Amino acid sequence: MSDTITMSYVVPGNDFTRAGEASSNIKSMLKKMGVKPEIVRKVAIAMYEGEINMVIHASGGTIDVIISPEEVLMILEDHGPGIEDINLAMKAGYSTAPDEIRSLGFGAGMGLPNMKKYTDELKIESKVGVGTKVTMKVKMS
Amino acid sequence: MVEEGEINLYIRVHRRGVIRMTIGDIKEILKAKFIIGEEWKDREVHGACGSDMMSDVLAYIKDQSVLLTGLCNPQVIRTAEMMDIVCIVFVRGKMPDETMIEMAKEREIALLSTGCRMFSACGMLYAQGLRGGDTQYE
Repeated sequence: MSDTITMSYVVPGNDFTRAGEASSNIKSMLKKMGVKPEIVRKVAIAMYEGEINMVIHASGGTIDVIISPEEVLMILEDHGPGIEDINLAMKAGYSTAPDEIRSLGFGAGMGLPNMKKYTDELKIESKVGVGTKVTMKVKMS
Repeated sequence: MVEEGEINLYIRVHRRGVIRMTIGDIKEILKAKFIIGEEWKDREVHGACGSDMMSDVLAYIKDQSVLLTGLCNPQVIRTAEMMDIVCIVFVRGKMPDETMIEMAKEREIALLSTGCRMFSACGMLYAQGLRGGDTQYE
């Protein structure tokens, strides 16, 4: 698998202004690699929602992106509070984000539904008090 | 002959009946000001989305769109970047700060500011034929 590229990012948790830098970086990288625009956009949106979630809920975390000719795999890990009820969190409109986050334009309860919408596979593993691991896959074709 | 004060629109009707307008047309319709991006005024806009919630914007996908928002923070520019949005209109006279302007410049996203409120701004663009891409209602 010599044509696999792995990119790793540390997402700072206390800087809302910088949230999205990792997604922005991956987006321009995929674009330069000549990946189809609709695939680039799917990856960018899904990862951006995940990155924002990390900043809002978990004081940051890490993101690994593995790009192969077949797919883009995104692994987002944090040591935040964890998700109590994943099924409920997946419901469009459900959010535990505080009002100050809503006033910043997020916390509408669309993050996870959007991540599901734009990816071919979405896996969420979470333990309350330990953290959350989100694995997303977008196929190249 | 275009009379003084008359809005001069160059709206093209696409073969399939989809009305297209340019960033410059949007500026005229909304009596907006360019914050940056006057040089991109001839770029076409095919659809629009109006929201202060960025995740609602991210749920919507359409090429070459304009985003109307009353929200004014760097994540608006980031959201536009992820969606390949070509123009952001800040309603109610909102003005982005230097950081946001720099971010938009780098990404070639035109920024407009209008005194109109969100509802009126969306309505004015809709009346001129711009649509939101929500086929269920359009």
